[in-house]
Parts: sequence; C-alpha cells; structure tokens
Amino acid sequence: MISAVLSGFLFAMLVLLFGKYVKGKPAVLTTLLPLSLFAYFLGMLPAVQTQPLLFSYRWIPSMGIDLNFKLDGLSLLFSLLITGIGTLVFAYASYYLKGHRYLDRFYCYLSLFMASMLGLVLSDNVMLLFVFWELTSITSFFLIGFNNDDPASRRNSLMALAITGGGGFLLMTGFVLLGTLAGGYSISAMLSSAEMLKGHAWYGWVLFFLFGGAFTKSAQFPFHFWLPGAMKAPTPVSAYLHSATMVKAGVYLLARFTPVLGGHPYWNTTLLIAGAITMLYSAWHAIQRTDLKGILAYSTIAALGTLVFLLGVGTAEAMAAAAVFILVHALYKAALFLVAGILDHETGTRDVTILRGLRKVMLPVAAAGMLAALSSAGLPLTFGFIGKDLIYEATLHAPAYGYILTGIAVLTNILVLYAGFQAGIRPFAGRLPEGFRSVHLPDLRLWVPPLILATLGLLYGMIPALADASLVQPVVQALGAVSPAPLKIWHGFNVVLLLSGVTLAAGFALYFIRMPSARHQLAVDRFASLSPETLVVRSARGFSRFSTWYTNRLHNGNLRSYVHIIIIFITVLLAYKLITGVHLYFDIRTNVAPITVYDLTVFGIILFAIWKTVSTSSRITAVASMSVVGYCICILFVIYSAPDLAMTQFTIDTLTVVLFVLVLFRLPRFLRINDRKVIVRDSIISGLFGVLIAIIALEVMNEPTNKETSRFYAENAYLLAKGKNVVNVMLVDFRGFDTMVEITVLVIAALGVYSLLKLRISSSEKE
Amino acid sequence: MKSVILRTASNYLLPLLLLFSVFILLRGHYNPGGGFVGGLIASIAFMLHAFANQLENTRKLLRYPPGALIPVGLAVSLLSGLAPVFAGQPFMTALWFSAPVPIIGLVGTPLFFDIGVYFVVIGITLTILFNISENIL
Repeated sequence: MISAVLSGFLFAMLVLLFGKYVKGKPAVLTTLLPLSLFAYFLGMLPAVQTQPLLFSYRWIPSMGIDLNFKLDGLSLLFSLLITGIGTLVFAYASYYLKGHRYLDRFYCYLSLFMASMLGLVLSDNVMLLFVFWELTSITSFFLIGFNNDDPASRRNSLMALAITGGGGFLLMTGFVLLGTLAGGYSISAMLSSAEMLKGHAWYGWVLFFLFGGAFTKSAQFPFHFWLPGAMKAPTPVSAYLHSATMVKAGVYLLARFTPVLGGHPYWNTTLLIAGAITMLYSAWHAIQRTDLKGILAYSTIAALGTLVFLLGVGTAEAMAAAAVFILVHALYKAALFLVAGILDHETGTRDVTILRGLRKVMLPVAAAGMLAALSSAGLPLTFGFIGKDLIYEATLHAPAYGYILTGIAVLTNILVLYAGFQAGIRPFAGRLPEGFRSVHLPDLRLWVPPLILATLGLLYGMIPALADASLVQPVVQALGAVSPAPLKIWHGFNVVLLLSGVTLAAGFALYFIRMPSARHQLAVDRFASLSPETLVVRSARGFSRFSTWYTNRLHNGNLRSYVHIIIIFITVLLAYKLITGVHLYFDIRTNVAPITVYDLTVFGIILFAIWKTVSTSSRITAVASMSVVGYCICILFVIYSAPDLAMTQFTIDTLTVVLFVLVLFRLPRFLRINDRKVIVRDSIISGLFGVLIAIIALEVMNEPTNKETSRFYAENAYLLAKGKNVVNVMLVDFRGFDTMVEITVLVIAALGVYSLLKLRISSSEKE
Repeated sequence: MKSVILRTASNYLLPLLLLFSVFILLRGHYNPGGGFVGGLIASIAFMLHAFANQLENTRKLLRYPPGALIPVGLAVSLLSGLAPVFAGQPFMTALWFSAPVPIIGLVGTPLFFDIGVYFVVIGITLTILFNISENIL
C-alpha cells in the first residue's frame, strides 16, 4: 500500500530526470503508472466489500503520527476515480500537450498530484491526511499556473493557492484540536469517541475549522471563486483536478468525518445551508456563461454544492445518493471537460455562441459529449437518472423542510441540465459554419478517453447492479449508515418520477428557448463589484497597504532603531512581569559559589573590554573588544563545566569577528555621536536592560529546577544511544529531528543571505 | 594580507586545522565536540587560508563552490535518518554496526547524521563569508 502511494512521488522524480525522453513519443507510456495503480485498486474491490483493510507503517510513533492507511468503500471509490480518470488524463495529455516545452514538468506535477490525492483519501491519520492535503494544494498551484507566461494564469493560480492554503491553515487547527480532544490522531480511533466529541464544549470550533478547510477546497460559497479562475489550467488538468478529484477532497473530508462528527444539528444545518446556497448560486451562474470551461466550472461548483447538501441531509438515503452522485458526476463532468478540451484544441475557441454543428466533422466526440450531457441531465437509462432519483428521494424524506429542499434540488437540476446541454450538445447541434469545415477528428488519444467515461455512465445506468454492491454499498457503510435498498432503474410511478419528468421537461424547454449570448454574462458582470472575489481581492489589497505602512514604520532600514525597538519592547515586557509576579530573594551565602581568583580576573577583563567598547572611536576596536567579552564568557563556561557550549561559543565568536571585520570594510569611518541626549538615552535603555537580565538570572536560581529531563538524558545517553557526550547525543539522536529541521532552516537562511548579497552586487553593476 | 609569515603558516595550518575539525567531529559522541563545532572549525581554517592567500586561491583550492556542500550534507543527514525506515524501524531510529571501527569507535547512523551537519555548516558558513569578503580579500 505504501508503495502504491509513494510510486507517484518516485515517478515524478524519474520523469524530471529522464525529461528529454518523455517529451517525445514515449509520453503516452506514462499512462502505465496510473493504469497499474488502477488495476491494483480494482483487485482490492472484493476484499473491501466485507470489511476495510488497514495498513500501518511506523513513522513518528512518539508523536502518535504513523503512516496508517485505510482502504474502505469511500477511499476505494476515490482511489479508483483518481487512478482511473488519471489514466485517461495521462493519455489525453500526451497528445493535448504534444511537443510542449515543459511536458516533462507537466507529468511530474501531474503524478505528484495523483500520489498526493491517493495519500489524502487513504490516510487514516489526520496529520498524514493534512500533509497530503497541503501537497494537493501545492501541486494544483503548479498545474493551474502551468502556462506561467500568461499573467492571468499566474494570478489565478496564486488565488487558488491563497484560498485553499488558507483553508488548509484552518484545517490544521481543526485537526490539532480534534486530535487533542480525541486523544489521538487516528481517524478510526476517533470513531469510538464520536459521542464524546459531539457533546464536547469545543465541538462548534472543531466544526468551524474543519468546514473552513473543506469549503475552501471544495469551492463552496463564498469561497467558490477560485475554481472558475483555475480554469486557466490546461484542460486535462481542469478535467482531472477541478472536476473529478481535488475539488472533491473537501467533500471527501466531510464524508470521512460524517461518522465521527455528523448527526449533530450544527453539522447538518451548516452543510445544508452552505450546500444549498452554493448549488443555486453557481447553477444560476453556469447558465450565464458563454465560455465552455466557465460553464463547466460553475456546474461543477453546483455539483459540489449538491454533495455537501446531501451530506447535510444526513439520512441513509442521502448518503447513498451522495455516493452515487460522486461517481455520476466524476464520469460525466470529466468527459465534458475532455470534450471541451478537444473543441478548444481543434477549433481554437471555447465560445458556445460560435461553436455549432461539429458532429459532422467529429462524430465520436459528439457522441461522447452527448452521452455525458444526457447523464448530467439525468435522462432515463443513464447513470445520472439513478443519481437524480436518489437525490429527490433523499430530499423528500429529509427529516425537516422536505419540500423546500426538494424544490431547491429540482431548480438546481434544471439549471445544471441546461448547462450540461450547453457544453455537451449545443456545439455539435445545428448547421456547421463555414469556418469549421476544415476541422477534423483528432488523434485517438483525445477522443477515446471522454468516450470511455461517457459510455461507462450509460453502462452503469442500464445495469446499475454493476456499480451497486461493489462500489456504492461499501461507501454507504463507510459513511456509517445502514445500506439502503439496491439501486434500480425503475421505481414505478411516484412523486420522484414526476419530479424527474418536471426537471427534464423544464430543462429541455429552457434549452430550446434560451440561446447562449454574451449579453447574459454582461448582465451578471455588472454585479461583480459585490462578488466575494472582489471583496477578497480588495481586502488583500488593503492588507498589503497596511503592511507596507507598518513595515515602513518599524522596518525602516535604520539598524539603530531596530535595536531600540527590540530592547525597549523586551524591557517593558519583562519589567511588567517582574513587578507583578516575582518575589526576589537573594542570599549571598547559599546562592553563590565561592568566588575564585579566576572569576575575578575574567570579570575584570570583561569590565575593561566593555569600557573600551563604549569609549572607543574606532569600529575595529569596538568589535575586537566585544569579542574579548565573548571569549571571556567562553572561559566562564569552561570554568563552570560546559565545555561543549564553550567550544561552540569560541568558534562562533571567532567567525562573528571575521564577519564583522569584513562588513566593516564596506562601511564609512566611525560615526561620531556628539549629541549628549542620544548618549544619555542609550545608556539608560541599555542600563535598564542589563539590570533586568541580571535580576532574571538571579531569579532563575531561586526557581526550583526540574531535574527530571536532564536526569533522563544523563542516564539514558549511553544505554539508549551509546554515547557519553550527553549534549551531542541529544543533538544527533534524542532530538535528531529538531537538528534536521534546524540545519534545513540554516540552509534557507544561507540562501537568503546569499541572494541578498548577490542582489546588491548586481544592482551596483547596473549603475 | 601580504604577510609572508601568515601565508607560510596558513599552508601548514589548513591541513592541521581540518584534521582537528574531523577529530572534533568524530569524538563528539563521547567527548565534547560534534558536527556543528567541527564544521565551524573547518570553516575557520578555510577563512584563515583566504585571509593569508587571497580568496581566489582558496576558491581554487576548494575546486567546487562551498555551497555545493550544503545539499550533500543535507542528503547525508536525511539518508541517515531514512536508513532505519528501510530496516523496518521508525524514521531516525539509531542503527549501529555491532563491531567498533579502530580509532573512530562505534559507527552508526547518528555519526553519519553528524557528518551531514558538519558539511552543511561548512557549506553555509563559507558561502556567506566568501560572498561577503568578495572584492575585499
């Protein structure tokens, strides 16, 4: 299992290394990776139907973070979607981006994304889940901004990263909170403390943070606007990330936590309201658009809203509807995106007001588009029909407000049907314009993937038993509900059928009456200044202006004022703490070791060096005297048996002096400070600071020290880590992870220094 | 700096100091020392050489830019942390060879980790110092 998750990461590295081979013909061979993963997960199908499979690898057991993977119905459905649609998209992209300069990078990002997404849906540990969650945000940032010479592409990828990254921040808080409340990070273990969590006083906050993560990722109102922007990505990416997989990660998260946190009124009401608003709002927007990908983006948001809405309804029927709808939507929406990509690739436009009659030149593409559109409409005998039936059934039998919810669902479905037809049928219907006569059927790799997806939609619709026991029922079980009745095509004449009929009739009528026109979009754009997107952009600008102002005030480039601000701030803070809470007690007989000659000598040298530092008028002398102080402190360390510290301090001091001297070469001669006021002010500040530090040092000695930690290390250094130097053993073994991160931080700092220095040099060269 | 004494001395001091830094690095597990201090001492050795013999000559002596040591060191540390994973143990568990190596003593992943730290520290210190001292030395 771990190799299945990690293979994508490894593959991504290999693709970069052998980049020049990938760019040519063999690009299509990259398909083998998702294909073999798909086969692997397909083989898991029978096992998962009875009970979930658990895989565990130890990672950081001391912090309760392990590589725990759980394959149940829900994660298997997602894994199959990710690898299955992944296979088709990999193949599709090999022709779509044929000869692209950075095709190797594209495959690198794509397989990174696939691996992260797989990790996300398989993780059984929230911390692990979070790591993969963030990875999907980052890889999707690279994929949206893949055409990085386009400013709009860069802007939108940043927007997507900002929104989903911000959500990730909330999610992390939520996970930490959840882990603390439940006493562990394992999701399976949280199931057993579900009742306790729901009754907990912090339950509301957990939900707030969790929803923050899920809603941003799954583009729920008011965070939906990044998704239409993300359509700047190459179409295979839109098809993969922004219809079938990544945007469903939020839905996945909600579904995953339904058995743990669901069933509470807070949970259901929030999801219902958020889902309903998103559904209606974006379905309405979808029918105003004229850009194919714009239409599909908004109808995707509507579908995500529907899923959230269904999870909000929360009954077993709603869960089944959600499970079916995830599959239905992934199949038809990915197909429609791929069809839109073909149209764009072959005709060079995505404007539905222009595209007409293309069935005459590319029949298989038209077939794929039409089948997908029909499934999205929910025509009988398509899988969409079953999905829609289940949705209506779920809303009708909802615990409260059944009729209102059903009304919302019907309205949304009518609009989505129109949007689906607009994208999947309108470009192929009618008379072929002169301009498109030369358009021809593209390569096999482009039109076969959408056709496969669309045909699957039809197949599942005609024989629902294919998907029922193997895919849908395990999902419903994983969501913690009892399995409902098996899927059927025909339920007899009832209200649900009537509603389906109404939806279809109204949708068809709308399709024939209302022609797409740029006017609609203009009408909507008039309200752009009120949209959440504008508000976010504006507040970001305001924040940036504030931080510019703030930075200019505090970070003005004058080193002297930095030191002032820092010292004054610390002094005030410490003084406040000392005055309010510390009882100073000092006894010279018990607290102080006998003063020796060495101490006095070193002390005398320090005093002299300090006097020299303040009184000298040469920078070099000042630096040298400062280093004398440093060395004297090292000697004190040696006397009081801290040889490691002393050694490090010695070398650091030496290097600091070297650095100082080198920098001083670039500075003008010593600045004369004649102003008496400045001297007095500075000496008061530094004097106060020194006194405070001295008081604290004395106070520390009075505190009863906790020797447990140091005793543990002293006793176990040799036993557990085979070392006698406790300090070093801690650095490389007990706290080795910290050291690892520290050297990484050091490297980052060094890179920063390096680039600053280089920057300065090149700008002076320019002059 | 055009001091003949310093230049001559630095030629002998550089190998000695480097040897000393390695000594400090290796003894770290039992006595005061370790990768961090060792790395700093090695950097001081190179800086001394640069002061005496011009930066250009020290760079020539090193052949590769010191920054190249940074990824090497990071990789060594990371791999020594990852090694136990392949042996079926959690990340960063210490693994030791059973028989001690003459002079060095016991060899295990923490030692390699420390060697990684040593390289990273040399790489970082020299990158910063060399770049600041450009056009001066």
